[in-house]
Amino acid sequence: MSTSSSERGVSLGMPELPAPDYPDDVRARLERDAREIIARYPDSRSALLPLLHLVQSEEGHVTRTGMRFCADMLDLTTAEVTAVATFYTMYRRRPSGDYQVGVCTNTLCAVMGGDAIFEALQEHLGVGNGETTDDGKVTLEHIECNAACDFAPVVMVNWEFFDNQTVDSAKRLVDDLRGGAQVAPTRGAPLCTFKETARILAGFPDERAGAVEATGSAGPASLVGLRLARGETAPARVVHPREGGPHDEPQDRAVHEPSPAEHLSSHDAPQDTSASDPAHPAGPVAEEGE
Amino acid sequence: MTLAPELKDMSPEKLLAPVLSAFWDEDRSWTLDVYRRHEGYEGLRKALAMSPDDLIAYVKDSGLRGRGGAGFPTGMKWQFIPQGDGKPHYLVVNADESEPGTCKDIPLLFANPHSLIEGMIIACYAIRSSHAFIYLRGEVVPVLRRLHSAVAEAYAAGYLGKNILGSGLDLDITVHAGAGAYICGEETALLDSLEGRRGQPRLRPPFPAVAGLYACPTVVNNVESIASVPAILKNGKEWFRSMGSEKSPGFTLYSLSGHVASPGQYEAPLGITLRQLLEMSGGMRPGHRLKFWTPGGSSTPMFTDEHLDVPLDYEGVGAAGSMLGTKALQCFDETTCVVRAVTRWTEFYAHESCGKCTPCREGTYWLVQLLRDIEAGKGVMSDLDKLNDIADNINGKSFCALGDGAASPIFSSLKYFREEYEQHITGRGCPFDPAKSTAWADHRTEVNA
Repeated sequence: MSTSSSERGVSLGMPELPAPDYPDDVRARLERDAREIIARYPDSRSALLPLLHLVQSEEGHVTRTGMRFCADMLDLTTAEVTAVATFYTMYRRRPSGDYQVGVCTNTLCAVMGGDAIFEALQEHLGVGNGETTDDGKVTLEHIECNAACDFAPVVMVNWEFFDNQTVDSAKRLVDDLRGGAQVAPTRGAPLCTFKETARILAGFPDERAGAVEATGSAGPASLVGLRLARGETAPARVVHPREGGPHDEPQDRAVHEPSPAEHLSSHDAPQDTSASDPAHPAGPVAEEGE
Repeated sequence: MTLAPELKDMSPEKLLAPVLSAFWDEDRSWTLDVYRRHEGYEGLRKALAMSPDDLIAYVKDSGLRGRGGAGFPTGMKWQFIPQGDGKPHYLVVNADESEPGTCKDIPLLFANPHSLIEGMIIACYAIRSSHAFIYLRGEVVPVLRRLHSAVAEAYAAGYLGKNILGSGLDLDITVHAGAGAYICGEETALLDSLEGRRGQPRLRPPFPAVAGLYACPTVVNNVESIASVPAILKNGKEWFRSMGSEKSPGFTLYSLSGHVASPGQYEAPLGITLRQLLEMSGGMRPGHRLKFWTPGGSSTPMFTDEHLDVPLDYEGVGAAGSMLGTKALQCFDETTCVVRAVTRWTEFYAHESCGKCTPCREGTYWLVQLLRDIEAGKGVMSDLDKLNDIADNINGKSFCALGDGAASPIFSSLKYFREEYEQHITGRGCPFDPAKSTAWADHRTEVNA
């Protein structure tokens, strides 16, 4: 027997050694945060989901060290914590990119173009589902319905909304992310990293100036019924933030604050079809790769 | 009152009734200032002037029913909480909106979070609770930011904390972000998740009203149900009952999506029809016709163009063989392959099945295998009966409604579109071109011209 079971990647009953602890300064800081989270609940175990978000904000994924920390703080076993951490899809179990790009491929978004977008991004980035680009910037995955079907097809980056995407706009989006440009969603705040997002999910408010206000009160599709009810003739137009699809004159300026990345394209003139298809941005002028 | 006299008048001003969405287009609509400018927290003052029991009776009399899918009367849920039992009581708001097609609570919380907070304070006063939770799905960080901000504003203004508005009511609200699991929208799985466990449904009874969060009496309500309460208090139950029907009174958010000209949120009295919504909003996308649609998310049996005039209230949709659900009206036109749609939904249910009940865990897995084969042209005719049989073995045989939801698209698509399944089998493949279904399918030629 020259190779041990662990060297062969097979565990034959020898328990793994306990995970190493965080460095003292990190642990002290996380303990302060953890105590604040635990104090929000009548029963400490309720803090487990936010604590897993917290350790994810430290390392970018949930490590054995992080799970041991959660177990220590809540007086649980690491087995109990692992059982929970592996149940929920938002907890990553291996190192991943700064930006998690999730393409909705549930039925409605898939049909409306999500499948085409996901396929094109895999080819464009050279990665498969759940994989990360070599530069460590983008992790691509397909996601389930994200409650934005009236903005389909939808792409989420670090759980901010990028509505009404096309193959072209999605490619440009990931290129911008990899190139280090500041990218703003259609609904949500200018992007922060995945780790910073995880801290908000742990229950620590986003302190960045303007983060709560960003992108205004509501997206255009959220307002179509309200405008019809008021007798305003045309429903809201989608002014696409990242795509040069045909636009109408932006009637919804009051609610739509253009992001820095937004530009009005040369197709601004109203078109016959857009009158009856107002909330759908048109597709790209020329679909790449077709 | 019924909607019948209004059916002839198709003008949107008459058919729609924006209440929760009435000021979503205003600058900073999510803030306390704007909410108060629209008589926000006035309903709370009226509620606090009543006794808790009278308040419960008032909400019950209004006829408000749950907007999260099942349609259970909200006031009755509150009434089930045992009083004087010496245990803490909890209110848990289900903001885990994840049902495919459903997209109403997220824009509501993004644009108007204070309507939920005010409703929660009223509900907690009624059920004698001093700690409430908002269980928000984690994948919506923009909404999480606004909830953090709105709760902080409410504390600063004295609507939360100790002795609210001098009433003696103490209340804390904790905003809790989930971590990605559809099953946590099921109320008992949600409670397990909020207790820091895997989100798996519990056997009932006991119901949450008796043994819910930490085994204490707990009310679990959908976001829209609770957010509707302040308007009922402010404007009166008669006002609320003047909309909709006897058994389904009031207003609600309808979410139109898919191959329609104007997808979006439409707030209207219960009982409006899809035909009315489509006619006022520009119909299907130009040159196409409606093929199939869901009245309330993927778990509600699908409808076809035969059902355009079904009144979209609890009784109307139920009588037509489906469920009102979340009023998520996903509309698909004739370019869409129903087998592809159902396969994708079934993959979703298989992925999201928590694994607790064997019929759901195993059944959804085998449904996916069969459907993938059929879609790829590798199915045989007997597979169709097998699909039906497996769905029948899931339906009603699991702890929670996820299994029933998984069976719905199978049953209903086989009922209305069996021929299309057969085409996939006899034709050895899918006869549809997915490119024609995309949002940009019809624009390319015009733009290139």
